[in-house]
Amino acid sequence: MDSILTLQNIEKVYGTKIKTQVIFDLNLRFDPGSFNSIIGQSGSGKSTLLNIMGTLDRPTSGKVLIEGQDTGKLKKNDLAKLRNEAIGFVFQFHYLLPEFTTLENILMPQWAKNKKLEPEILKRAEELIEVVGLEKVKNNLATDMSGGQQQRAAIARALMNRPRILLADEPTGNLDSETSDSIYRLLKEINKEFQSTFIVITHDKKIAERTDRIIELKDGRVYTDLSQK
Amino acid sequence: MKFPLKIAWRFLKSGKGQTLLILAGIAIGISVQVFIGLLIQGLQTSLVDSTIGNSAQVTIESQENNGEIFDYQEKEDRIRDQVQGVEELSPTLTLPAFISLEEEAESALIRGFEFEKAEGIYGFQDKITEGSLPKDSGEVLVGIGLAENLGLEIGDSLEVFNFDGDRGDVTITGFFDIGVTNLNESWIVSELATAQGIFQRENSITAIEIQVAEVFDADIIGEEIQALLDEDVKVTNWKDANQDLLSGLQGQDISSIMIQIFVVVAVVLGISSVLAISVLQRSKQIGILKAMGVNDRSASLIFLFQGLILGSLGGLIGIALGLALSYSFMFFATNPDGSPVVEIVINYNFIALSFVIAVVASTLAALIPAKKSSKLQPIEVIRNG
Repeated sequence: MDSILTLQNIEKVYGTKIKTQVIFDLNLRFDPGSFNSIIGQSGSGKSTLLNIMGTLDRPTSGKVLIEGQDTGKLKKNDLAKLRNEAIGFVFQFHYLLPEFTTLENILMPQWAKNKKLEPEILKRAEELIEVVGLEKVKNNLATDMSGGQQQRAAIARALMNRPRILLADEPTGNLDSETSDSIYRLLKEINKEFQSTFIVITHDKKIAERTDRIIELKDGRVYTDLSQK
Repeated sequence: MKFPLKIAWRFLKSGKGQTLLILAGIAIGISVQVFIGLLIQGLQTSLVDSTIGNSAQVTIESQENNGEIFDYQEKEDRIRDQVQGVEELSPTLTLPAFISLEEEAESALIRGFEFEKAEGIYGFQDKITEGSLPKDSGEVLVGIGLAENLGLEIGDSLEVFNFDGDRGDVTITGFFDIGVTNLNESWIVSELATAQGIFQRENSITAIEIQVAEVFDADIIGEEIQALLDEDVKVTNWKDANQDLLSGLQGQDISSIMIQIFVVVAVVLGISSVLAISVLQRSKQIGILKAMGVNDRSASLIFLFQGLILGSLGGLIGIALGLALSYSFMFFATNPDGSPVVEIVINYNFIALSFVIAVVASTLAALIPAKKSSKLQPIEVIRNG
């Protein structure tokens, strides 16, 4: 099977005078539709790696291939387009725009395309709201929701453009265990239903154990890589 | 285009306090600009009007003093046909004379007009204080000052003469007040034919007086007429005779423009700094929008549109305020007779220009914040929370 996301010899060094290398010669491939987790202690390079995979950050050296395309060769605008169409992000913080309602926030990735919204797009947004269970608060401003609801809205937003890859950085880091459990169940369901590739960073081993593959990072290198299908 | 506009509008709406503050800043700035501009224009118009409104702005005379101009009808027709911007044309025979009194003589200026043509320049009809316009030959209007000095009354007969031996008898039909004391004390006004009769110049006049549509073009029109007639005539205009007034007006113009420029600069700085802060406040939102695939251009347009919206709204409110200020100034700042100190004329072109300045300046002010927004990297926001 062709991999949807390939990392080749990725290195990342921060700083110019005092250099701190966070990722060392890292190679990974991800299969389409797989549910992957990345674990590791803080400072192990998880978030940096995720940002590099999502083209938000550029590696100091090495290649990131998304669907076979070398992202290092893309211009900024093309990268933006690629992110819009192929990648969904969920961060530890929801980053919803407080000036907009839940529904509008979820539609945001479509708006960003700067095209007229077709009726089926609206229908899709409504469906996503149902999937994440936010029907009652869909017209609330993003600030008028609980933390769990905000994170669900962020997930629905990440899925709006049917991304082939969903990258999540501790999506439940700020939530209580019950809510975080329901969010993971939701992610798992969505993964099955939409056949997107999920890459989730977590520090919770119990959650990681429920995924198809656990990659453990240690000091910027892959420490263990376990598939458990 | 629609997306950045939508975001811009929502950002402005959600930051109501900030938006209102900045709108107030633009509106006040533009209102001052509009008010000062209109006030100075009104001041200049009334100044120019009172100086030259009721006199010739371009005068065609013979090269020699009090020399004769013949074929004046034909000259008038040529000017009317070939020179643009001429509003009123009036031939006049104007010569000094004396009024003979019992023991002495009083000097006066006899001015013969074709009243229909002269009306457009001098408006005698409205300036008659007593009596009526001369109808028949031999009838005259006398300046109110002259009449008072000599104790004249309507119906009185006067004998006028000069040292060339010309003389005539005229009858007073009325008095006029044209607002300038030394003219009121010296002018005797009659039909052209009456004056021509007295001075035995049946076929000639001494000057053609002209008013033009654009008073400040008087010199250009004067030159055109000079070139057209190209004869033994001398064309003068009010600008040559009123250099002091002109430089005064120019000084006013410059100071008015300076004030307007500084007001606009202050407005621009205000918008720019508020929007720059707004970029910082919204850096999270911009970062996540970029992560979602919003490109740099759209991210900068969000702030340019904010400038555009603020400029348009602020400009409109400012113009309304400026007009209100102007009207209330006219209403409250009045002369003892109730007429406004300065008659403000609403100059639509100037107002449209003010609006354009507000919009352009606000959009320019948004350039730096827009640039900042464009340069913001999503990773900076996401890494730092």
